[in-house]
Amino acid sequence: MVIELLQRLGSNTRDGFTKLGRGTRFLAQTIAGSVSVLPRPRLLLNQMYSVGVLSFLIISISGLFVGMVLGLQGYYILSDFGAEETLGVMVAASLVRELGPVVSALLFAGRAGSALTAEIGLMKATEQLSGMEMMAVDPIKRIISPRFLAGLLSMPLLAALFSTVGILGGQMVGSGLLGVDEGSYWAQMQAKLDFQDDIINGVIKSIVFGFVTTWIALFEGYDSIPTSEGVSRATTRTVVNSAFSILGLDFILTALMFGDD
Amino acid sequence: MQNANTQDTLVGLFVAAGIAGLFFLALQVSNLSSFTEHESYTVTARFQNSGGLKVKSPVSAAGVKIGQVSAISFDAKTFESVVQLSIDAQYNTLPEDTTASIFTAGLLGEQYVSLEPGGSDDYLKHEGKIEITQPAIILEKAIGQFLFKSAADKK
Amino acid sequence: MDNSDSSQNTLVSVSNLTFSRGNKKIFDDISLNFERGKITAIMGPSGTGKTTLLKLIGGQLCPDKGSVKVDGKNVHVLRRAELYDLRKRMGMLFQSGALLTDMSVYDNVAFPLREHTKLPESMIRSIVLMKLQAVGLRGARHLMPNELSGGMARRIALARAIALDPMMILYDEPFTGQDPISMGVLVHLIKSLNNTLGLTSIIVSHDVHETSAIADYIYVIADGKVVDQGSPEHIRKSSSEWVQQFMNGTADGPVHFHYPAREYVDDLLSAGKRYH
Repeated sequence: MVIELLQRLGSNTRDGFTKLGRGTRFLAQTIAGSVSVLPRPRLLLNQMYSVGVLSFLIISISGLFVGMVLGLQGYYILSDFGAEETLGVMVAASLVRELGPVVSALLFAGRAGSALTAEIGLMKATEQLSGMEMMAVDPIKRIISPRFLAGLLSMPLLAALFSTVGILGGQMVGSGLLGVDEGSYWAQMQAKLDFQDDIINGVIKSIVFGFVTTWIALFEGYDSIPTSEGVSRATTRTVVNSAFSILGLDFILTALMFGDD
Repeated sequence: MQNANTQDTLVGLFVAAGIAGLFFLALQVSNLSSFTEHESYTVTARFQNSGGLKVKSPVSAAGVKIGQVSAISFDAKTFESVVQLSIDAQYNTLPEDTTASIFTAGLLGEQYVSLEPGGSDDYLKHEGKIEITQPAIILEKAIGQFLFKSAADKK
Repeated sequence: MDNSDSSQNTLVSVSNLTFSRGNKKIFDDISLNFERGKITAIMGPSGTGKTTLLKLIGGQLCPDKGSVKVDGKNVHVLRRAELYDLRKRMGMLFQSGALLTDMSVYDNVAFPLREHTKLPESMIRSIVLMKLQAVGLRGARHLMPNELSGGMARRIALARAIALDPMMILYDEPFTGQDPISMGVLVHLIKSLNNTLGLTSIIVSHDVHETSAIADYIYVIADGKVVDQGSPEHIRKSSSEWVQQFMNGTADGPVHFHYPAREYVDDLLSAGKRYH
């Protein structure tokens, strides 16, 4: 019984490493294949549409509501200390540093990541990838790399939109509804938020999240068992693994970036 | 799938909106605009104790922000804190005998350097020194002294 | 036909090929030859790895032992770029058609041309229409793959496979799941394309009648070995009981109706110990 359990643990661990190895090789091929996307901007454009534009709405609406909630909650807490004037700092700092990159990446994994996995998985199940290979077209270069680049480019843009809309939403609630002075909302924000420490670090975070999420989504699709059940499981794995990776990496990145402050 | 042209337009709008968002964050939300616009000059002030002062803490005169702390180091010979102040170039008429003090904004607020102009006709120059400084007030010390003093008074 | 003297006329030769998946040996030291300009069929029951054989020929899988030579080139020692060059001269028709679902019929047929040539759009248009005409679906060029019936999808895929004027086409179960009319159309198409374009065709199938109607030479494979080979007449009159059962589709014979199991009575009486 114990031995059986240990054996299973061992083989699961080994399978995990094997998968990580396959995934890393896949990533290397994808990055190498990205070069061949450059002379064909049309491929990238098509994917920017399905990865970026189609996530635009969910990201901006969520950003608006998150900003509005931050405005409300922040106001109630800060007014206890008579510090409502710093509402802008609180809303902007939480959005730019954390919520913008993290929440938009989680939404991105749910919206675009799962769609990518399902798309690639179905292409595999219907032999489209095999068919391409037999037509002497490398599916990594033709299918995977453009999607990878599109994810990598879209994520920071989506995160920036999320934060922007959120800060505007916070201002709407804060100064429109609760009467925080609009001037100090912006002035305090500008005084406290640093371009390098806050904005650039937030953008770096979102690039890292975009990289990891797109990689996971594409790899899960490419590596899925080519049946309808296999594809649906791969889609679930994409969302779960992306969420874990985003939150785990967020901790590491935060520790690295804001640790010495 | 939509017409390729419509799709291009939507992608274009998306990218433009994203970049506009980045610009908004850089210019409207952060302090990028506040230190790229001005030239500045640096002066050094030595404090007996610089307390909770940090790099980028504000430097103000008469309550108006005129610059920020650019570096803080410890001088192992004199056991003093060496603070470099980066002051906007437009405020180049600070007298040489200006006093620098470290104050706290509000009870729990951050610490900042306050400059009080003296009466000299010579102005502080780039890489100049502020000779008269007043160290940060350490709250615990102040309370300790107060308690000690009031205890001594009672006797 | 003798295998050894045909090197001149052979386009594809599979020699002493062994391939296993997990612990299961799918091919055990088999040798096959495919002649230029002929239709050669590989028949055998489902699950004998016929599709795997096509993937081995196309270089998508690597054998454990043995070699596959296409037009004199050993597929599995070629470098990637050379393999891709070779594949441009091979067409493959997948069971499902494998059409790219996000493109119209026209774009699907144009796909290999756009990927591999720098022809102007006007010329691509002419070629695409020609190939669609050849499979009788020129009128369906604006449809999307999900609007096609299975038989139509396969014909479009065939038009795509011949877009680059390959020297050979590999057909993976072209007749499976087709109604009699589409089946007839496909049989006719494979035969006529083979003759008019001078193609070499390799068909993998278990549809005995359709395949033996057009094949010039047939290999029957079972359990990783070649059971019998020869012209359709030869196979029909095969002395092997197994081949007879396969060709005539009888329920019991060398291949038993029952999956290997314990004795029926034992199995029934052993209830109460373990429900397996």
